[in-house]
Amino acid sequence: MTMKTSHAFLLAAAVLALLAAAPLLIPDYWTGVLLGMTGYVTLATAWAMFSGPTRYVSLATVAFFGVGAYTVAVLNETLPYPLVLLCAGGIGMVMALIVGFSTLRLAGVYFVIFTFGLAELVRQTVSWWEVNITYTMGRYVFLPFEGRHIYWQLLALAAATFLISWGIGRSRIGLALKALGDDETVAAHAGVDVTRIKLLLFVISSTIITLVGAIQAPRWTYIEPSIVFNPTVSFMTLIMALLGGAMRLWGPLVGAIPLFLLFEWLSVSFPDHFSIILGLLFILIVFVMPEGVLAKIETLRKGSPK
Amino acid sequence: MLEHVVNGLVLGGTYALVAMGLTIQYGIARIMNLSFGDTIIAACFATYVLFSVFAINPILALLIVGPTGYVFNLLIYRFIMKPLVARAPDEGALEVDSILVTFGLLFVIQGVLLVMFGGGYTSYSFLNSPVSMLGTVVAGNRLVALVLSLTFGAVLVGVLYRTRWGMILRAVATAPQSAPLFGIDTNRAARTAFAVGGALAATGGGVVSMFQTFTATAGVVFTMKALIVVILGGKGSVPGAIVAGLLLGLVETFVAAYIDPGLTLAAVYTVFLVLLLVRPNGLFGKA
Repeated sequence: MTMKTSHAFLLAAAVLALLAAAPLLIPDYWTGVLLGMTGYVTLATAWAMFSGPTRYVSLATVAFFGVGAYTVAVLNETLPYPLVLLCAGGIGMVMALIVGFSTLRLAGVYFVIFTFGLAELVRQTVSWWEVNITYTMGRYVFLPFEGRHIYWQLLALAAATFLISWGIGRSRIGLALKALGDDETVAAHAGVDVTRIKLLLFVISSTIITLVGAIQAPRWTYIEPSIVFNPTVSFMTLIMALLGGAMRLWGPLVGAIPLFLLFEWLSVSFPDHFSIILGLLFILIVFVMPEGVLAKIETLRKGSPK
Repeated sequence: MLEHVVNGLVLGGTYALVAMGLTIQYGIARIMNLSFGDTIIAACFATYVLFSVFAINPILALLIVGPTGYVFNLLIYRFIMKPLVARAPDEGALEVDSILVTFGLLFVIQGVLLVMFGGGYTSYSFLNSPVSMLGTVVAGNRLVALVLSLTFGAVLVGVLYRTRWGMILRAVATAPQSAPLFGIDTNRAARTAFAVGGALAATGGGVVSMFQTFTATAGVVFTMKALIVVILGGKGSVPGAIVAGLLLGLVETFVAAYIDPGLTLAAVYTVFLVLLLVRPNGLFGKA
């Protein structure tokens, strides 16, 4: 970054204002696209906040996303909306604490395994609960929101996510994280409380992901576990963060925008072959630019003769 | 009661069989394969097609499905894993890369199966006649499945602990850095181990398809259970995988019978969670 921080902030504020005004100027269809894109930018940034520096690949994005959406579906008729969001965030936080406490003390692979099946576990448990305890399968969300209202909420959350991510990068925690990512043993010997920092990051990141799910819930109107716990969400988040580069603040954003547009087009043009194309693309990214497109550009620049 | 024990052992036997494959892949080839369960499901569908279209007995079909799994995984290792192994600076980096790549592979295999067979539940009827055993009645196909799992398990343990080839594989699992000093080709051992693991997954899939319904999207659950069995038994430990597999099968069957079939995965996770808190290195693992 060569730009001064104050200038960068002004620029970011201007872009944010422009994005916020967009739904008043463009057709509803494009507001929908912007909405989805903002959702994924937030998901990918929140995912990278934890998984980037720690290198703990979290495969549980949709577990938290789904919990957020489903909480809104359950509570939207009984509580005022802000309280519903608060509840959703709280539940996501508690779930992240439980997962984090039991796995983050151990080697990374236990965490991966645990998060790998977490979405399926939550989906099955919620289905079981609904069928056997509450006798309802599928719920309706009736909230007086149009696409742009949801979009504005997501945009605010996205801005907050970037602020948090930026703040962490500049704080003591950020420094500790850099040490941790380079060498965990050395970091621990230098007095970094490794487990606590990982846990803190995981909880922040998961809470944001839960909120993305909660805010987007009114878009579906009808919600059941198999809709909101769709594993493709975890996969797309991961691939976006990876394409842009999970180690950089703007990396997930750079990855999310083109991939979201590509996926929109693919899911309309090749609905049956969507996951095959997605999988192949993902393997290609891991092979060609494991550090992300931003790092790739940097090495190409450095490597090329002047 | 006894019926549940037998059913639990049948289920556990297949878990043990597939988990042996995963523990060999992870313990020797050092590759965390998240598309493992999708290999199992692909083998289920292959056996189903061989049986219903070509009228080949599922037990004989294993002779086709198993070697196909071997070749398929050999190719995956050669063309996808080998470049990653070559470029990884350390074991941690390889682990992250292999997790990511096999996660992508999972979606590819699942996508292909969905295109070919759709998303519905599939099953076929094979040896579905009741057999009396130990004072209880079991379906014939389950009994066959149990016998097959135990046979394959016993053969594998025999090969690993009684032959030179098995000793080489175990040497690489125990000390990957020192093994080359004794003239062991670790690359070759890793390749073979990955392929053998795939063959076991395919064979396990064939066995599972004889008595269970399956869907194109069920791979994740199989991978999950196999992973838990591997961790439960201790990474790279074949006897551990057998004991842990049988244990998991029993737990699952008893939860399904006495509590609720919808909670089996929750039970599996609870076992995993308790284990992580009490013995993170597994029942047979070394600290």
